[in-house]
Amino acid sequence: MNTLPTVAFMRRLLRRQLLLALRSPVDVANPLIFFGMVIVLFPIGLGPDPVILARFAPGILWIVALLSSLLTSDALFRSDFDDGSLEQLLLSPQPLYLSVLSYVLAHWLITGLLLALMAPLFAIMLGLAVQAIAPLVASLALGTAVLSLVGCIGASLTVSLRRGGMLIALLVLPLYVPVLIFGSAAVQAAVDGFSVLPYLAILAAMLSLGIALAPFAIAAGLRIGIDA
Amino acid sequence: MYFDSWQAALVMDGHGGFVWAAYAITTLGVVWMLVYPAWSRRRALRQLAVAVRREQARADSAQGVR
Amino acid sequence: MWSFFHKLGSPPWLYSIAGTILRWLLPITLVVLVAGAVWGLLYTPPDFRQGNSYRIMYIHVPTAVVALAGYYVMAIAGAISLIWRMKMADVAMRAAAPIGAMLTFLALVTGAIWGKPTWGTWWEWDARITSMLVLFFLYLGVMVLYDAYDNKEAAGRACAVLSLVGTVNIPIIYKSVDWWYSLHQPASIKFTGESTIDSSMLYPLLLMIVAFYALYTCCLLMNMRTELLRREARTGWVRRLIVEEGKG
Repeated sequence: MNTLPTVAFMRRLLRRQLLLALRSPVDVANPLIFFGMVIVLFPIGLGPDPVILARFAPGILWIVALLSSLLTSDALFRSDFDDGSLEQLLLSPQPLYLSVLSYVLAHWLITGLLLALMAPLFAIMLGLAVQAIAPLVASLALGTAVLSLVGCIGASLTVSLRRGGMLIALLVLPLYVPVLIFGSAAVQAAVDGFSVLPYLAILAAMLSLGIALAPFAIAAGLRIGIDA
Repeated sequence: MYFDSWQAALVMDGHGGFVWAAYAITTLGVVWMLVYPAWSRRRALRQLAVAVRREQARADSAQGVR
Repeated sequence: MWSFFHKLGSPPWLYSIAGTILRWLLPITLVVLVAGAVWGLLYTPPDFRQGNSYRIMYIHVPTAVVALAGYYVMAIAGAISLIWRMKMADVAMRAAAPIGAMLTFLALVTGAIWGKPTWGTWWEWDARITSMLVLFFLYLGVMVLYDAYDNKEAAGRACAVLSLVGTVNIPIIYKSVDWWYSLHQPASIKFTGESTIDSSMLYPLLLMIVAFYALYTCCLLMNMRTELLRREARTGWVRRLIVEEGKG
């Protein structure tokens, strides 16, 4: 049996995930629409006062981005689990650590990165200071990668369970706390005119730790899910 | 005892309500932590005893038929 | 040495040794617990700044300390069951979760009650309280995940993975919440820098911490015995046990 080189295998897996996502554009758009709609709820709930909205904008943008990332991570392994291709992946000779990483990468590209690119639009609508917009995009791009890693752990642990949605939120949300703290603090620092680099450095450190450790947990979770 | 009277210990210069409420809630929690496993172990034993007796009876009656 | 580990893996041995330990430990624990509570409540001087409300510390601090340590107990048990497939570790992990959740809950409630006379609010988004709340949710997550699986063997392994992930995260969560609070700390409230405690207050506190660790051990052993009975219901030693109990 001839096996593909690992890098080529990873690339194919990534392309497959992206292709599957592109074939149903509505699924790709869903988290973005959700992001926009929840942002709209805040001026309605808090009142349209631009001063208040601008004050809360860093937190609002980050929390809503976090929620949309959470909502999409639930479905990440589901269809592959249902049609058996996940089991094939576990049986394949490729290192599971790396195959799992390409799933995470696909999830980040489809939700996290798109959210980060969409965020300036809503940031302007909420009246976020102009100098904070670039840090917002940077912190979201870094932070959502960590969220994708952690969310995939939750998704892998609940993949064999019928009632996943609410459960994954319970498992994963406490683990999101550090990312939220430093992500929103980065934007706030930019608003106040401080350097954002330390915050981005801490987010990058979390990302490195996540890349090093999370795939092991995801792989273990998937094995448990297939066995169950 | 630090306090002059039981009355003083109960009031604690106005903080008594908070202190005694905290201790009461903790006591309830601790009692629950100790009673619940004991109770559930009893229940498990009882259920198992019933199951064993039923099996015994079935085995006995099977013997009787033969 | 190895025979000890083999024995540790044997359910009937564990069941009976846990029973023997409990027969001694449980009464001692209760006595120490009551003694420590009475000492803290009635025989210590009041704090010069907080008055009598500080007496809540004698239950608040031990519950918080043991609740945090309990998470590590659970995670270590989970790691052992995951790596060496040791069933007894799985039983211990399952037994640890509800106790830890209860202790965290008690720490939160007593903290809130303590906060009212000291800070004037029931809930302050203080760093330590917030991290305790996150810890509470981590415990609940493990319990809910265990419950969601029908296959209890898979449930144990999934919870082990989750609690290990939580262990890696707890220091990060604590540090980041701490930092977050120092960023937002209002100027009027400040608690840092008063860590000195008089020995007349320290000894009852230490006694209570020891008592709560003992209580934790007792509850863990009791929960483990119940769990063992449930899992081993079909085996010979449980049958013999029931027959003996029926006679006695």
